[in-house]
Amino acid sequence: MTGQELRALILSTLALAAAAALPALGSSYWLTMGVTIAMYTVLATSWALFSGPTHYISLATAAFFGVGTYTTAIGIELLPYWTLLPIAAALGAVMAALVGFATLRLSGVYFVIFTLGLAEFVRQIITWVQNLTGQKGLYVLTDLTEKHIYWQLLGLAALVYLAGWLIARSRLGFALRIIGDDEEVARHVGIDTALAKIVLFMVPGAVAAVAGAMLAPRYIYIEPSLAFTPMLSFQVVIMALLGGTGRLWGAVVGVIPFTLLWEAISASFPNQTTLLLGVAFLVIVYLLPRGFVGLLEDARRRLGGGGW
Amino acid sequence: MDILITGLLLGGTYALIAMGLNLQYGMARIMNLANGEMLVAGGFAAFWLYNAGQVSPLLTVFLVAPLAFALNWLIYRVMLLPLVRRAKSRGQLEVDSILATFGLSFVAVGLMLMAFGGDYFSYSYLARPVSFLGDTYALNRMVAFLAAVVICGALYLWLERSRAGMSIRAIAVAPESARLVGIDVPRLAAIAFALGGAVTAAGGALISSFLTLDASTGVVFTLKALIIVIMGGVGDVRGTIVAALLLGVMETFVAALIDPGLTLAAAYLLFILILLFRPQGLFGQRTT
Repeated sequence: MTGQELRALILSTLALAAAAALPALGSSYWLTMGVTIAMYTVLATSWALFSGPTHYISLATAAFFGVGTYTTAIGIELLPYWTLLPIAAALGAVMAALVGFATLRLSGVYFVIFTLGLAEFVRQIITWVQNLTGQKGLYVLTDLTEKHIYWQLLGLAALVYLAGWLIARSRLGFALRIIGDDEEVARHVGIDTALAKIVLFMVPGAVAAVAGAMLAPRYIYIEPSLAFTPMLSFQVVIMALLGGTGRLWGAVVGVIPFTLLWEAISASFPNQTTLLLGVAFLVIVYLLPRGFVGLLEDARRRLGGGGW
Repeated sequence: MDILITGLLLGGTYALIAMGLNLQYGMARIMNLANGEMLVAGGFAAFWLYNAGQVSPLLTVFLVAPLAFALNWLIYRVMLLPLVRRAKSRGQLEVDSILATFGLSFVAVGLMLMAFGGDYFSYSYLARPVSFLGDTYALNRMVAFLAAVVICGALYLWLERSRAGMSIRAIAVAPESARLVGIDVPRLAAIAFALGGAVTAAGGALISSFLTLDASTGVVFTLKALIIVIMGGVGDVRGTIVAALLLGVMETFVAALIDPGLTLAAAYLLFILILLFRPQGLFGQRTT
């Protein structure tokens, strides 16, 4: 382990410890914000793990998240809560593999369209099944409080960062960097590009499903329109791109300001959140194509500082 | 039998919308995810004019189409052309245009919510039954279908026969070579994009005469139009029409026989099958 890596490890451990102490503040408002920020950090960071190197825009987050929520909602009657998280992860990963198999061999547009409709597809089917069986929603009653959900999400975030670091050092990560630069070249040097993308896509699939499973106790009453809200996918895309997908820590730089802005806007102008999403997309495309990370790096370069 | 005809009637209007998207994606090479919002805007115009002055949606088409043409031309020149210019590769342009048009789509929904509120809107135009081959159908669906056929037919003839239409087909097939034979690609791409917007808005005005819309339904139509375009083959007018009719019939069957809540799921299932077995479209040739 080089000195730089050791420094990064110490810094991130300290940051994690500081974040874990948030409930000690005793403010329920900030704890709620903490849960939201931790949730989006997990979702956006794992999203960027896939979309950063491949440039495929996934809008499937809400679908995986909803599947995870339903895993808890259905499973809580039958199994202990802790066993549901790995089940959700497995379901999310399998679903991602299936989606990847259908679309990742094709161009990026097909993938975007497919993932755009995926949450709605799953939602319609669950609604239909519920209509057949005559139930409307499911109750998730546990003794987990906001504090516990927050710590679980932080743990998941630590796992996501660890996974991102390991992938970057692995053969897969190396293959992905080549694919990201030039897919044609990657194929010619013998990389199975479709397989690499499918395997990588399983990471955000599993992570989003676990996040959904962890948040189910917070919602208490689960119904399809709540679990599969399409806004979630778009928010995650915006936060990840706003932060910048080039770095592992990029997403969180976008998550914190955007979550605060989103909360402020939806508190005072609840009907304008759609407009905010739209403007955020346009800002990213026209003003911040590399996100905040790009801004920071440009600033460093201008100040004559060395690279990372 | 009546399910089949109802499905074909619906498919006719879908064909019009998908044709609009196909002009934008197949010819102008911009994946426009704000397409559905243009449709809803056309529907809003028809609704508003009908309620304010009993203007028939058929007349509204003639007002909405030029307006949408101008607006989409502006969008292309001001917002999308810079992206085309800065893109280093087709993939880069795809990502940029997807994000930019998503942005546009949300901005449009936000503005429409502000202007009209979140309510559903519908009006009653020609809502009387007519009988045809022994069954009865709503007259407004029949009229919308016929209008769609006329517009699609005119568009097809224009693309096939006119010089501008031929140039547009040329840039769809080979944008690089088109430049070599003296075709002004940016100008024609802008025209194709604007025309696509006009056709979609006209489709919106027609569809609003028999479907209930609200400010945020646009994305559903975008998704359906995308599925039709991919199923029919990008840039393929004939394939688009066949795919649209197929989707209309399939949706109507699912709604009538299983559950009306599953129409989008049915469309989606069709899409999965296409992706798995014929990603190049129903009539497309497999490219290398």
